[in-house]
Amino acid sequence: MAATEIYLTQSNDTAARTIGDDTLIMSTLDSTIFMLNSVGTTIWNSADGATPLSRIVHERVCEEFEVTEEQAFADAREFVDKLASHGVLLVSDNPATPKEAQ
Amino acid sequence: MQLPATEQNRDVVIEIGGFPIEVQTTSAEFERILMGRYRDYVRPGRASQFALRVEVITPGSFDPDADAEVWLEDREWRMERGDFRARWNPEERCGQVSQTANPYSIDSVLRIVHTLMLAPEGGFLLHASSAVRNGKAFLFSGVSEAGKTTMARLAPPDVALLTDEASYVRKVDGRYFAFGTPFAGELGEPGKNISAPIEAVYLLHKAPENSIQEIDPAIAVQRLLRNILFFAHEPEMVRQVFEAALAFVAAVPVRQLSFFPDQRVWELIR
Repeated sequence: MAATEIYLTQSNDTAARTIGDDTLIMSTLDSTIFMLNSVGTTIWNSADGATPLSRIVHERVCEEFEVTEEQAFADAREFVDKLASHGVLLVSDNPATPKEAQ
Repeated sequence: MQLPATEQNRDVVIEIGGFPIEVQTTSAEFERILMGRYRDYVRPGRASQFALRVEVITPGSFDPDADAEVWLEDREWRMERGDFRARWNPEERCGQVSQTANPYSIDSVLRIVHTLMLAPEGGFLLHASSAVRNGKAFLFSGVSEAGKTTMARLAPPDVALLTDEASYVRKVDGRYFAFGTPFAGELGEPGKNISAPIEAVYLLHKAPENSIQEIDPAIAVQRLLRNILFFAHEPEMVRQVFEAALAFVAAVPVRQLSFFPDQRVWELIR
């Protein structure tokens, strides 16, 4: 599925709060506001810098939501790219060290 | 803060939202402008812990086309636009303004300074008209053309208007209050200088019929954030505004008001 693994970390340049199933995120860099649905919230909460996106999709998204893994990964990648373009999510080809992931 | 004694001080205390700010000037012309524009908000003799010293300058001193910018530098807020330059020290509660003798520049500076004072305590200015009915304040929020001024124009006689443009929200003793402001929109009239606990915020949506809809709290916060005026996009300020919106929605009902623009809409607002 994933040719290259990517690892996600929540940026410190955000303010975020989960309300019900949704999560509101505000970038403190450009004040952009994002509202994540339950799938987005699952990915956001899993962005620990150590878990590859493919595993997040396989173990959490596909377990919780009725969606094919292929579609889920494509949607997740698009979602990640959008948040990353605003600096809300940090994307790396390598897992964060335990210290970085704290 | 005191001006040198060599010129006659013409200080005007302008109290908005319970914050009296002493605007210090030596210009008789500017004093007249202040007394006229803020007449219902001027508090002669009122002690003030906040001061803004205004230096009235000659036209042409700044680039008139420059956009507004607000930033933090050396623990002071700096504000610049084509028609003014200003700074505000939140710790010393004082600042300076350089502008020509006109009411619009000081009006913008006051709006910015009030947002800076409100943010740390969870208050804010909201793009909204607001009014008091039966001792309760109602806010009508939306983007430009959403109907803020229309709601103000349609208000029946028993309604006291607080503003048709920028609603002043402040937490007092654990409750959210709306205060009248002199910050006017299309109506061109200052709001009544009173305050009342906020009963509800209505997000405006024009429709063929009048109705009120509950909305999801996350959507309420998102839409509120879009309408909160904050000029300083510093990270700490953004966090304060974010937290303020969350706390407000947890305490005050935020609903959608679908409305047809005639007086009947006010039958729903009680």
